[in-house]
Amino acid sequence: MAIDAATVRKVAKLARIAEPEARIEPLARELNGILTWIEMLNEVDTDGVEPMTSVVHQGLPMREDVVTEGGDPAKVLANAPKTAKDFFVVPKVVE
Amino acid sequence: MSDLTKLTLKSALEGLESKAFSSVELTQAHIEAVEQAKALNAYVLQTPDKALAMAQASDARRAQGEAGALDGAPLGIKDLFCTEGVRSTACSKILGDFQPTYESNVTANLWRDGAVMLGKLNMDEFAMGSSNETSAFGPVINPWRASGETTPLTPGGSSGGSAAAVAAQLCLGATATDTGGSIRQPAALTGTVGIKPTYGRCSRWGVVAFASSLDQAGPIARTVEDAALLLTSMAGHDARDSTSLDVAVPDFASFVGKSVKGMRVGIPREYRVDGMPAEIEELWEQGIAWLKEAGCEVVEVSLPHTKYALPAYYIVAPAEASSNLARYDGMRFGLRVDGANLTETYEQTRAAGFGEEVKRRILIGTYVLSAGYYDAYYLKAQKVRRRIADDFDQAFEKVDALLTPTSPSAAFPLGENADDPVAMYLNDIFTVTVNLAGLPGMSVPAGVDAKGLPLGLQLIGRALDEGSLFSLGGVIEKAAGFSQQPQRWW
Repeated sequence: MAIDAATVRKVAKLARIAEPEARIEPLARELNGILTWIEMLNEVDTDGVEPMTSVVHQGLPMREDVVTEGGDPAKVLANAPKTAKDFFVVPKVVE
Repeated sequence: MSDLTKLTLKSALEGLESKAFSSVELTQAHIEAVEQAKALNAYVLQTPDKALAMAQASDARRAQGEAGALDGAPLGIKDLFCTEGVRSTACSKILGDFQPTYESNVTANLWRDGAVMLGKLNMDEFAMGSSNETSAFGPVINPWRASGETTPLTPGGSSGGSAAAVAAQLCLGATATDTGGSIRQPAALTGTVGIKPTYGRCSRWGVVAFASSLDQAGPIARTVEDAALLLTSMAGHDARDSTSLDVAVPDFASFVGKSVKGMRVGIPREYRVDGMPAEIEELWEQGIAWLKEAGCEVVEVSLPHTKYALPAYYIVAPAEASSNLARYDGMRFGLRVDGANLTETYEQTRAAGFGEEVKRRILIGTYVLSAGYYDAYYLKAQKVRRRIADDFDQAFEKVDALLTPTSPSAAFPLGENADDPVAMYLNDIFTVTVNLAGLPGMSVPAGVDAKGLPLGLQLIGRALDEGSLFSLGGVIEKAAGFSQQPQRWW
Protein backbone atom coordinates (compact mmCIF):
# COMPACT_ATOMS: atom_id res chain seq x y z
CA MET A 1 0.00 0.00 0.00
CA ALA A 2 3.00 2.31 -0.48
CA ILE A 3 2.20 5.91 -1.27
CA ASP A 4 3.95 7.24 -4.36
CA ALA A 5 4.16 10.76 -5.73
CA ALA A 6 1.07 10.26 -7.90
CA THR A 7 -0.96 9.19 -4.85
CA VAL A 8 0.18 12.26 -2.90
CA ARG A 9 -0.91 14.50 -5.78
CA LYS A 10 -4.28 12.74 -5.97
CA VAL A 11 -4.90 12.93 -2.22
CA ALA A 12 -3.84 16.59 -2.11
CA LYS A 13 -6.29 17.27 -4.93
CA LEU A 14 -9.07 15.47 -3.04
CA ALA A 15 -8.22 17.46 0.10
CA ARG A 16 -8.13 20.71 -1.90
CA ILE A 17 -4.64 21.63 -0.72
CA ALA A 18 -2.18 22.99 -3.28
CA GLU A 19 1.09 21.19 -2.49
CA PRO A 20 4.15 22.61 -4.29
CA GLU A 21 6.05 20.09 -6.39
CA ALA A 22 9.02 20.30 -3.99
CA ARG A 23 6.83 18.96 -1.16
CA ILE A 24 5.47 15.91 -3.05
CA GLU A 25 8.41 13.52 -2.52
CA PRO A 26 9.00 14.52 1.13
CA LEU A 27 5.27 14.08 1.80
CA ALA A 28 5.31 10.64 0.18
CA ARG A 29 8.15 9.67 2.53
CA GLU A 30 6.41 11.12 5.61
CA LEU A 31 3.06 9.55 4.84
CA ASN A 32 4.68 6.19 4.10
CA GLY A 33 6.50 6.37 7.42
CA ILE A 34 3.22 6.92 9.24
CA LEU A 35 1.26 4.31 7.28
CA THR A 36 3.97 1.66 7.66
CA TRP A 37 3.82 2.17 11.40
CA ILE A 38 0.02 2.00 11.30
CA GLU A 39 0.11 -1.34 9.53
CA MET A 40 0.83 -3.09 12.83
CA LEU A 41 -2.96 -2.98 13.25
CA ASN A 42 -3.08 -5.98 10.91
CA GLU A 43 -1.73 -8.07 13.80
CA VAL A 44 -5.04 -7.59 15.65
CA ASP A 45 -7.74 -10.19 15.08
CA THR A 46 -10.88 -8.17 14.49
CA ASP A 47 -13.08 -10.85 12.95
CA GLY A 48 -16.66 -10.33 14.06
CA VAL A 49 -15.83 -7.15 15.99
CA GLU A 50 -18.40 -4.39 15.63
CA PRO A 51 -16.71 -1.14 14.53
CA MET A 52 -16.86 1.51 17.26
CA THR A 53 -18.23 4.81 16.00
CA SER A 54 -19.08 6.46 19.31
CA VAL A 55 -18.22 6.03 22.96
CA VAL A 56 -21.52 7.52 24.07
CA HIS A 57 -23.98 4.87 25.20
CA GLN A 58 -27.07 6.89 24.47
CA GLY A 59 -29.16 7.26 21.35
CA LEU A 60 -29.11 10.50 19.44
CA PRO A 61 -31.46 12.89 21.20
CA MET A 62 -34.53 14.11 19.32
CA ARG A 63 -35.98 17.59 19.55
CA GLU A 64 -38.98 19.45 18.19
CA ASP A 65 -38.51 20.40 14.53
CA VAL A 66 -38.66 24.14 15.13
CA VAL A 67 -36.39 27.08 14.46
CA THR A 68 -34.27 27.74 17.55
CA GLU A 69 -31.88 30.41 16.33
CA GLY A 70 -31.63 32.45 13.18
CA GLY A 71 -32.81 35.58 11.47
CA ASP A 72 -29.51 37.35 12.09
CA PRO A 73 -27.65 37.69 8.77
CA ALA A 74 -25.28 40.30 10.20
CA LYS A 75 -23.92 37.77 12.70
CA VAL A 76 -23.72 35.03 10.10
CA LEU A 77 -21.78 37.26 7.71
CA ALA A 78 -19.66 39.01 10.32
CA ASN A 79 -16.47 37.06 9.48
CA ALA A 80 -16.97 36.58 5.74
CA PRO A 81 -14.06 37.53 3.46
CA LYS A 82 -16.48 39.10 0.94
CA THR A 83 -20.15 39.97 1.21
CA ALA A 84 -22.79 41.83 -0.79
CA LYS A 85 -26.05 42.79 0.90
CA ASP A 86 -27.01 39.70 2.90
CA PHE A 87 -24.97 37.26 0.83
CA PHE A 88 -21.56 35.63 0.80
CA VAL A 89 -19.65 36.52 -2.36
CA VAL A 90 -17.85 33.49 -3.84
CA PRO A 91 -15.87 32.95 -7.05
CA LYS A 92 -17.88 32.16 -10.17
CA VAL A 93 -18.90 28.50 -10.09
CA VAL A 94 -20.60 28.12 -13.50
CA GLU A 95 -18.96 29.38 -16.70
CA MET B 1 0.45 42.64 44.94
CA SER B 2 2.47 40.08 42.99
CA ASP B 3 1.87 37.52 45.75
CA LEU B 4 -1.72 37.32 44.58
CA THR B 5 -0.61 35.30 41.54
CA LYS B 6 0.91 32.65 43.83
CA LEU B 7 -2.45 31.71 45.32
CA THR B 8 -4.33 28.57 44.45
CA LEU B 9 -7.76 29.11 42.92
CA LYS B 10 -9.31 27.84 46.14
CA SER B 11 -7.39 30.24 48.40
CA ALA B 12 -7.99 33.14 45.99
CA LEU B 13 -11.74 32.51 46.18
CA GLU B 14 -11.51 32.46 49.98
CA GLY B 15 -9.55 35.72 49.92
CA LEU B 16 -12.19 37.32 47.72
CA GLU B 17 -14.97 36.09 49.99
CA SER B 18 -13.22 37.41 53.13
CA LYS B 19 -12.60 40.73 51.31
CA ALA B 20 -8.81 40.37 51.81
CA PHE B 21 -8.53 41.69 48.27
CA SER B 22 -10.84 42.50 45.39
CA SER B 23 -11.17 40.79 42.04
CA VAL B 24 -9.84 43.97 40.42
CA GLU B 25 -6.66 43.71 42.53
CA LEU B 26 -6.34 39.99 41.85
CA THR B 27 -6.93 40.49 38.14
CA GLN B 28 -4.54 43.45 37.90
CA ALA B 29 -1.78 41.36 39.52
CA HIS B 30 -2.29 38.69 36.87
CA ILE B 31 -2.40 41.20 34.02
CA GLU B 32 0.99 42.50 35.16
CA ALA B 33 2.40 38.99 35.50
CA VAL B 34 1.27 38.17 31.95
CA GLU B 35 2.79 41.40 30.69
CA GLN B 36 6.15 40.46 32.23
CA ALA B 37 6.10 36.91 30.88
CA LYS B 38 6.02 37.54 27.15
CA ALA B 39 9.18 35.43 26.75
CA LEU B 40 7.05 32.35 27.49
CA ASN B 41 4.69 33.08 24.58
CA ALA B 42 1.87 31.48 26.58
CA TYR B 43 -0.80 34.02 25.64
CA VAL B 44 -1.60 34.75 21.99
CA LEU B 45 -4.08 37.45 22.94
CA GLN B 46 -4.36 39.47 26.14
CA THR B 47 -7.70 41.02 27.03
CA PRO B 48 -6.82 43.28 29.99
CA ASP B 49 -9.69 45.74 29.45
CA LYS B 50 -12.24 42.97 29.29
CA ALA B 51 -10.62 41.29 32.31
CA LEU B 52 -10.84 44.44 34.43
CA ALA B 53 -14.43 45.08 33.37
CA MET B 54 -15.35 41.51 34.31
CA ALA B 55 -13.46 41.90 37.61
CA GLN B 56 -15.32 45.12 38.44
CA ALA B 57 -18.65 43.45 37.71
CA SER B 58 -17.57 40.55 39.92
CA ASP B 59 -16.70 42.83 42.82
CA ALA B 60 -20.11 44.46 42.44
CA ARG B 61 -21.85 41.08 42.50
CA ARG B 62 -19.91 40.01 45.60
CA ALA B 63 -20.83 43.27 47.34
CA GLN B 64 -24.47 42.41 46.63
CA GLY B 65 -24.00 38.90 48.06
CA GLU B 66 -24.55 37.37 44.63
CA ALA B 67 -21.13 35.86 43.98
CA GLY B 68 -20.97 32.64 41.96
CA ALA B 69 -18.74 29.61 42.51
CA LEU B 70 -15.74 31.08 40.66
CA ASP B 71 -16.60 34.74 41.03
CA GLY B 72 -13.70 37.08 40.41
CA ALA B 73 -11.13 34.37 39.54
CA PRO B 74 -8.94 35.28 36.55
CA LEU B 75 -8.52 32.39 34.10
CA GLY B 76 -6.79 31.78 30.78
CA ILE B 77 -8.72 30.31 27.86
CA LYS B 78 -7.20 27.99 25.26
CA ASP B 79 -7.54 29.56 21.83
CA LEU B 80 -9.59 26.55 20.66
CA PHE B 81 -12.62 27.92 22.55
CA CYS B 82 -14.76 30.44 20.70
CA THR B 83 -15.17 33.60 22.77
CA GLU B 84 -17.72 36.13 21.64
CA GLY B 85 -16.14 39.22 20.11
CA VAL B 86 -12.64 38.05 21.08
CA ARG B 87 -10.32 36.69 18.39
CA SER B 88 -10.33 32.88 18.34
CA THR B 89 -7.94 31.22 15.89
CA ALA B 90 -7.09 27.68 17.08
CA CYS B 91 -3.59 29.11 16.51
CA SER B 92 -4.03 28.63 12.76
CA LYS B 93 -3.48 31.23 10.08
CA ILE B 94 -6.56 29.97 8.28
CA LEU B 95 -8.85 31.47 10.92
CA GLY B 96 -7.06 34.81 10.56
CA ASP B 97 -8.83 37.38 12.69
CA PHE B 98 -11.91 35.25 13.29
CA GLN B 99 -14.11 36.92 15.90
CA PRO B 100 -16.88 34.55 16.98
CA THR B 101 -20.36 35.98 17.31
CA TYR B 102 -21.11 33.36 19.95
CA GLU B 103 -19.58 31.94 23.13
CA SER B 104 -18.59 28.30 23.63
CA ASN B 105 -20.72 26.44 26.15
CA VAL B 106 -17.75 25.71 28.42
CA THR B 107 -16.58 29.33 28.64
CA ALA B 108 -20.19 30.54 29.00
CA ASN B 109 -20.48 28.24 32.04
CA LEU B 110 -17.33 29.77 33.56
CA TRP B 111 -18.61 33.33 33.03
CA ARG B 112 -22.00 32.29 34.46
CA ASP B 113 -20.11 31.35 37.63
CA GLY B 114 -18.32 34.70 37.68
CA ALA B 115 -14.86 33.86 36.29
CA VAL B 116 -12.73 36.55 34.62
CA MET B 117 -11.00 36.10 31.25
CA LEU B 118 -7.36 37.23 31.03
CA GLY B 119 -6.90 36.25 27.39
CA LYS B 120 -6.41 33.45 24.91
CA LEU B 121 -3.73 30.80 25.32
CA ASN B 122 -1.29 29.41 22.79
CA MET B 123 -1.64 25.84 21.53
CA ASP B 124 -0.64 23.54 18.69
CA GLU B 125 -2.49 24.46 15.49
CA PHE B 126 -5.99 22.91 15.68
CA ALA B 127 -4.72 21.01 18.76
CA MET B 128 -2.56 18.82 16.52
CA GLY B 129 0.78 18.38 18.24
CA SER B 130 2.53 17.33 21.43
CA SER B 131 5.09 20.13 21.78
CA ASN B 132 3.26 23.37 20.88
CA GLU B 133 5.59 23.79 17.92
CA THR B 134 2.83 23.66 15.30
CA SER B 135 1.24 26.91 16.56
CA ALA B 136 1.06 29.70 13.98
CA PHE B 137 2.17 32.02 16.82
CA GLY B 138 5.35 30.06 17.52
CA PRO B 139 5.94 27.64 20.39
CA VAL B 140 5.27 28.24 24.07
CA ILE B 141 8.42 27.99 26.17
CA ASN B 142 8.15 25.82 29.27
CA PRO B 143 8.73 27.92 32.42
CA TRP B 144 10.70 24.91 33.71
CA ARG B 145 14.34 24.51 32.75
CA ALA B 146 16.68 21.62 33.48
CA SER B 147 18.80 22.61 36.48
CA GLY B 148 21.86 24.57 35.45
CA GLU B 149 20.72 24.77 31.81
CA THR B 150 19.06 27.42 29.66
CA THR B 151 17.91 25.21 26.76
CA PRO B 152 14.29 26.09 25.95
CA LEU B 153 12.02 23.13 26.67
CA THR B 154 8.57 22.33 25.34
CA PRO B 155 5.63 22.65 27.75
CA GLY B 156 4.02 19.76 25.83
CA GLY B 157 0.96 20.03 23.68
CA SER B 158 -1.46 20.73 22.46
CA SER B 159 -2.57 22.70 25.55
CA GLY B 160 0.98 24.01 26.11
CA GLY B 161 -0.11 27.61 26.65
CA SER B 162 -2.64 26.53 29.27
CA ALA B 163 -0.10 24.39 31.14
CA ALA B 164 2.70 26.97 30.96
CA ALA B 165 0.41 29.81 32.08
CA VAL B 166 -0.79 27.84 35.11
CA ALA B 167 2.75 26.72 36.03
CA ALA B 168 4.17 30.25 35.64
CA GLN B 169 1.33 31.81 37.67
CA LEU B 170 -0.11 33.75 34.75
CA CYS B 171 -3.66 32.69 35.66
CA LEU B 172 -5.33 30.77 38.50
CA GLY B 173 -6.46 28.02 36.14
CA ALA B 174 -7.03 27.45 32.45
CA THR B 175 -9.32 25.69 30.04
CA ALA B 176 -7.76 23.05 27.84
CA THR B 177 -8.82 20.26 25.50
CA ASP B 178 -7.66 16.69 25.04
CA THR B 179 -8.04 14.58 21.89
CA GLY B 180 -5.13 12.18 22.48
CA GLY B 181 -3.44 13.54 25.61
CA SER B 182 -3.44 17.31 25.07
CA ILE B 183 -4.46 18.12 28.65
CA ARG B 184 -2.58 15.40 30.53
CA GLN B 185 0.78 15.41 28.73
CA PRO B 186 1.37 19.19 29.07
CA ALA B 187 0.17 19.02 32.69
CA ALA B 188 2.79 16.33 33.35
CA LEU B 189 5.53 18.33 31.64
CA THR B 190 4.80 21.49 33.65
CA GLY B 191 4.07 20.13 37.14
CA THR B 192 0.36 20.98 36.95
CA VAL B 193 -2.87 19.01 37.37
CA GLY B 194 -4.95 18.26 34.28
CA ILE B 195 -8.10 16.21 33.88
CA LYS B 196 -9.81 15.04 30.71
CA PRO B 197 -13.29 14.13 31.88
CA THR B 198 -15.52 11.41 30.44
CA TYR B 199 -16.39 12.05 26.79
CA GLY B 200 -19.64 14.03 26.85
CA ARG B 201 -19.15 15.67 30.26
CA CYS B 202 -18.25 19.03 28.71
CA SER B 203 -20.10 20.33 25.68
CA ARG B 204 -18.10 20.58 22.47
CA TRP B 205 -20.34 23.39 21.26
CA GLY B 206 -18.23 26.38 20.32
CA VAL B 207 -14.94 24.45 20.61
CA VAL B 208 -13.11 24.35 17.28
CA ALA B 209 -13.42 20.72 16.15
CA PHE B 210 -10.41 18.47 15.59
CA ALA B 211 -11.64 14.85 15.94
CA SER B 212 -15.19 14.95 17.19
CA SER B 213 -15.44 11.43 18.63
CA LEU B 214 -12.33 12.07 20.76
CA ASP B 215 -12.28 15.82 21.60
CA GLN B 216 -13.09 16.70 25.19
CA ALA B 217 -12.54 19.86 27.23
CA GLY B 218 -11.16 19.94 30.76
CA PRO B 219 -9.17 22.16 33.12
CA ILE B 220 -5.48 22.57 33.93
CA ALA B 221 -4.85 23.87 37.45
CA ARG B 222 -2.23 24.02 40.19
CA THR B 223 -3.97 21.62 42.58
CA VAL B 224 -6.36 18.69 42.36
CA GLU B 225 -8.97 20.68 44.25
CA ASP B 226 -8.65 23.63 41.86
CA ALA B 227 -9.14 21.28 38.92
CA ALA B 228 -12.27 19.94 40.62
CA LEU B 229 -13.68 23.45 41.12
CA LEU B 230 -13.10 24.31 37.46
CA LEU B 231 -14.51 21.08 36.06
CA THR B 232 -17.66 21.41 38.17
CA SER B 233 -18.28 24.73 36.44
CA MET B 234 -17.24 23.70 32.92
CA ALA B 235 -19.26 20.46 32.75
CA GLY B 236 -22.97 20.07 32.13
CA HIS B 237 -25.55 19.02 29.59
CA ASP B 238 -25.94 21.13 26.47
CA ALA B 239 -28.64 20.35 23.92
CA ARG B 240 -26.52 21.93 21.17
CA ASP B 241 -23.99 19.08 21.36
CA SER B 242 -25.74 15.79 20.54
CA THR B 243 -23.03 13.83 22.38
CA SER B 244 -23.31 15.93 25.54
CA LEU B 245 -24.36 13.64 28.39
CA ASP B 246 -27.62 14.47 30.12
CA VAL B 247 -26.41 13.58 33.61
CA ALA B 248 -26.05 15.55 36.82
CA VAL B 249 -22.68 17.17 37.52
CA PRO B 250 -21.45 16.27 41.01
CA ASP B 251 -19.58 18.71 43.21
CA PHE B 252 -16.20 17.28 42.21
CA ALA B 253 -14.34 19.13 44.97
CA SER B 254 -16.28 17.09 47.54
CA PHE B 255 -14.31 14.02 46.41
CA VAL B 256 -10.93 15.59 47.18
CA GLY B 257 -9.71 14.41 50.58
CA LYS B 258 -12.15 11.48 50.72
CA SER B 259 -10.74 8.20 51.98
CA VAL B 260 -9.64 5.77 49.28
CA LYS B 261 -9.40 2.85 51.70
CA GLY B 262 -10.46 -0.38 50.05
CA MET B 263 -10.40 1.08 46.56
CA ARG B 264 -8.93 -1.30 44.00
CA VAL B 265 -6.33 0.19 41.68
CA GLY B 266 -5.04 -1.66 38.62
CA ILE B 267 -1.52 -1.48 37.19
CA PRO B 268 -1.64 -2.28 33.48
CA ARG B 269 1.44 -4.34 32.69
CA GLU B 270 1.44 -3.26 29.03
CA TYR B 271 2.37 0.29 30.08
CA ARG B 272 5.89 -0.87 30.94
CA VAL B 273 7.33 0.06 27.57
CA ASP B 274 10.87 -0.43 26.30
CA GLY B 275 13.14 2.54 26.73
CA MET B 276 11.08 4.17 29.48
CA PRO B 277 13.43 6.17 31.72
CA ALA B 278 14.16 4.44 35.03
CA GLU B 279 13.00 7.55 36.88
CA ILE B 280 9.50 7.21 35.46
CA GLU B 281 9.43 3.53 36.37
CA GLU B 282 10.52 4.44 39.92
CA LEU B 283 7.94 7.19 40.20
CA TRP B 284 5.27 4.73 39.17
CA GLU B 285 6.41 2.30 41.89
CA GLN B 286 6.35 5.21 44.33
CA GLY B 287 2.79 6.01 43.29
CA ILE B 288 1.78 2.40 43.91
CA ALA B 289 3.35 2.59 47.38
CA TRP B 290 1.50 5.83 48.19
CA LEU B 291 -1.84 4.35 47.20
CA LYS B 292 -1.16 1.19 49.23
CA GLU B 293 -0.31 3.32 52.26
CA ALA B 294 -3.64 5.08 51.82
CA GLY B 295 -5.40 1.73 51.99
CA CYS B 296 -5.86 0.89 48.30
CA GLU B 297 -5.58 -2.63 47.05
CA VAL B 298 -3.21 -2.61 44.09
CA VAL B 299 -3.47 -5.39 41.51
CA GLU B 300 -1.89 -6.04 38.14
CA VAL B 301 -4.25 -5.94 35.18
CA SER B 302 -3.83 -6.47 31.46
CA LEU B 303 -4.87 -4.15 28.64
CA PRO B 304 -3.60 -6.34 25.80
CA HIS B 305 -4.35 -3.97 22.92
CA THR B 306 -2.52 -0.97 24.38
CA LYS B 307 0.21 -0.86 21.74
CA TYR B 308 -2.38 -0.63 18.97
CA ALA B 309 -4.02 2.47 20.42
CA LEU B 310 -1.69 5.03 18.83
CA PRO B 311 -1.82 3.60 15.30
CA ALA B 312 -5.63 3.29 15.57
CA TYR B 313 -5.74 6.89 16.78
CA TYR B 314 -3.63 8.04 13.83
CA ILE B 315 -6.33 6.72 11.51
CA VAL B 316 -9.44 7.77 13.42
CA ALA B 317 -8.27 11.28 14.40
CA PRO B 318 -6.92 12.35 10.96
CA ALA B 319 -10.00 10.87 9.27
CA GLU B 320 -12.30 12.95 11.46
CA ALA B 321 -10.01 15.96 11.12
CA SER B 322 -9.97 15.79 7.32
CA SER B 323 -13.75 15.90 7.41
CA ASN B 324 -14.04 18.60 10.11
CA LEU B 325 -11.44 20.85 8.52
CA ALA B 326 -13.15 20.72 5.13
CA ARG B 327 -15.12 23.73 6.38
CA TYR B 328 -12.06 25.99 5.97
CA ASP B 329 -12.75 26.82 2.35
CA GLY B 330 -12.24 30.59 2.40
CA MET B 331 -15.88 31.31 1.63
CA ARG B 332 -17.66 32.10 4.90
CA PHE B 333 -14.94 33.05 7.38
CA GLY B 334 -11.20 33.16 7.80
CA LEU B 335 -8.51 33.44 5.18
CA ARG B 336 -9.26 33.56 1.44
CA VAL B 337 -6.52 33.44 -1.19
CA ASP B 338 -8.03 34.10 -4.60
CA GLY B 339 -7.16 31.67 -7.39
CA ALA B 340 -8.11 31.52 -11.08
CA ASN B 341 -11.30 29.63 -10.28
CA LEU B 342 -13.23 28.20 -7.34
CA THR B 343 -11.16 25.02 -6.99
CA GLU B 344 -7.90 26.94 -7.10
CA THR B 345 -9.24 29.38 -4.54
CA TYR B 346 -9.93 26.46 -2.20
CA GLU B 347 -6.52 24.93 -2.88
CA GLN B 348 -4.55 28.16 -2.46
CA THR B 349 -6.48 29.20 0.63
CA ARG B 350 -5.87 25.87 2.35
CA ALA B 351 -2.22 25.73 1.23
CA ALA B 352 -1.55 29.18 2.71
CA GLY B 353 -3.72 28.79 5.79
CA PHE B 354 -2.79 25.37 7.20
CA GLY B 355 0.60 24.51 8.70
CA GLU B 356 2.61 21.43 7.75
CA GLU B 357 1.42 19.09 10.51
CA VAL B 358 -2.23 19.97 9.90
CA LYS B 359 -1.78 19.37 6.15
CA ARG B 360 -0.06 16.06 6.84
CA ARG B 361 -2.98 14.91 8.99
CA ILE B 362 -5.59 16.08 6.50
CA LEU B 363 -3.78 14.14 3.76
CA ILE B 364 -3.56 10.99 5.91
CA GLY B 365 -7.24 11.32 6.77
CA THR B 366 -8.22 11.89 3.16
CA TYR B 367 -6.17 8.87 2.10
CA VAL B 368 -7.58 6.44 4.68
CA LEU B 369 -11.14 7.49 3.82
CA SER B 370 -10.61 7.39 0.05
CA ALA B 371 -12.20 4.77 -2.19
CA GLY B 372 -10.51 1.39 -1.87
CA TYR B 373 -8.77 2.08 1.44
CA TYR B 374 -11.71 2.73 3.77
CA ASP B 375 -12.09 -0.89 4.91
CA ALA B 376 -8.35 -1.56 5.22
CA TYR B 377 -7.70 1.48 7.39
CA TYR B 378 -10.71 3.29 8.81
CA LEU B 379 -12.98 0.29 9.44
CA LYS B 380 -10.03 -1.69 10.81
CA ALA B 381 -9.15 1.17 13.20
CA GLN B 382 -12.74 1.38 14.43
CA LYS B 383 -12.69 -2.34 15.19
CA VAL B 384 -9.37 -2.05 17.03
CA ARG B 385 -10.88 0.86 18.92
CA ARG B 386 -13.63 -1.47 20.11
CA ARG B 387 -10.99 -3.97 21.26
CA ILE B 388 -9.26 -1.23 23.27
CA ALA B 389 -12.52 -0.14 24.89
CA ASP B 390 -13.31 -3.82 25.69
CA ASP B 391 -9.90 -4.15 27.41
CA PHE B 392 -10.88 -1.32 29.76
CA ASP B 393 -14.35 -2.77 30.38
CA GLN B 394 -12.74 -6.05 31.44
CA ALA B 395 -10.20 -4.32 33.66
CA PHE B 396 -12.90 -2.26 35.37
CA GLU B 397 -14.72 -5.47 36.34
CA LYS B 398 -11.78 -6.04 38.68
CA VAL B 399 -10.61 -2.56 39.67
CA ASP B 400 -11.98 0.93 40.35
CA ALA B 401 -9.19 2.90 38.68
CA LEU B 402 -5.85 2.48 36.93
CA LEU B 403 -2.49 4.07 37.70
CA THR B 404 0.09 4.69 34.94
CA PRO B 405 2.76 7.22 34.07
CA THR B 406 1.34 10.17 32.09
CA SER B 407 4.11 10.61 29.57
CA PRO B 408 7.14 8.54 28.53
CA SER B 409 9.58 11.41 29.23
CA ALA B 410 9.95 14.72 31.02
CA ALA B 411 9.90 18.00 29.05
CA PHE B 412 12.23 17.78 26.04
CA PRO B 413 14.05 20.52 24.11
CA LEU B 414 12.07 22.35 21.44
CA GLY B 415 12.95 20.99 18.01
CA GLU B 416 13.91 17.55 19.27
CA ASN B 417 11.29 15.49 17.42
CA ALA B 418 10.56 18.00 14.70
CA ASP B 419 11.73 15.81 11.79
CA ASP B 420 10.05 12.59 12.80
CA PRO B 421 6.23 12.67 13.09
CA VAL B 422 5.99 9.16 14.51
CA ALA B 423 8.55 9.91 17.27
CA MET B 424 6.45 12.95 18.22
CA TYR B 425 3.24 10.88 18.20
CA LEU B 426 4.77 8.46 20.76
CA ASN B 427 4.46 11.18 23.40
CA ASP B 428 0.80 10.22 23.69
CA ILE B 429 1.41 6.49 24.14
CA PHE B 430 -0.02 6.41 27.69
CA THR B 431 -2.80 8.94 27.21
CA VAL B 432 -4.41 8.12 23.87
CA THR B 433 -6.11 4.87 24.98
CA VAL B 434 -8.33 6.89 27.29
CA ASN B 435 -9.64 9.08 24.45
CA LEU B 436 -10.40 6.05 22.27
CA ALA B 437 -12.45 4.54 25.10
CA GLY B 438 -14.05 7.86 26.17
CA LEU B 439 -12.90 7.47 29.79
CA PRO B 440 -11.78 10.12 32.30
CA GLY B 441 -8.04 10.50 32.89
CA MET B 442 -6.11 12.81 35.21
CA SER B 443 -2.44 13.73 35.43
CA VAL B 444 -1.06 14.66 38.85
CA PRO B 445 2.46 16.01 39.44
CA ALA B 446 4.28 13.41 41.50
CA GLY B 447 7.97 14.28 41.46
CA VAL B 448 10.93 15.59 39.51
CA ASP B 449 13.65 13.82 37.54
CA ALA B 450 17.41 14.13 38.10
CA LYS B 451 17.43 17.38 36.14
CA GLY B 452 14.71 18.83 38.34
CA LEU B 453 11.97 18.56 35.70
CA PRO B 454 8.44 17.59 36.74
CA LEU B 455 6.93 14.15 36.09
CA GLY B 456 3.28 13.16 36.30
CA LEU B 457 1.25 10.09 37.15
CA GLN B 458 -1.99 9.32 35.36
CA LEU B 459 -5.18 7.98 36.91
CA ILE B 460 -7.82 6.46 34.65
CA GLY B 461 -11.39 5.87 35.82
CA ARG B 462 -14.66 4.33 34.73
CA ALA B 463 -16.91 6.45 32.56
CA LEU B 464 -18.50 9.22 34.68
CA ASP B 465 -16.39 8.30 37.72
CA GLU B 466 -14.21 11.40 37.82
CA GLY B 467 -14.99 11.45 41.55
CA SER B 468 -12.66 8.51 42.24
CA LEU B 469 -9.92 10.23 40.25
CA PHE B 470 -10.24 13.37 42.37
CA SER B 471 -10.02 11.26 45.56
CA LEU B 472 -7.02 9.23 44.35
CA GLY B 473 -5.39 12.29 42.77
CA GLY B 474 -5.73 14.10 46.09
CA VAL B 475 -3.94 11.21 47.84
CA ILE B 476 -1.04 11.27 45.36
CA GLU B 477 -0.80 15.05 45.53
CA LYS B 478 -0.62 14.97 49.33
CA ALA B 479 1.83 12.06 49.48
CA ALA B 480 4.08 13.55 46.81
CA GLY B 481 4.03 16.93 48.51
CA PHE B 482 4.92 18.39 45.13
CA SER B 483 5.77 21.99 45.90
CA GLN B 484 8.53 22.72 43.39
CA GLN B 485 8.05 25.81 41.27
CA PRO B 486 9.85 26.76 38.09
CA GLN B 487 12.70 29.18 38.88
CA ARG B 488 11.73 32.48 37.34
CA TRP B 489 14.01 33.37 34.39
CA TRP B 490 11.54 35.27 32.20
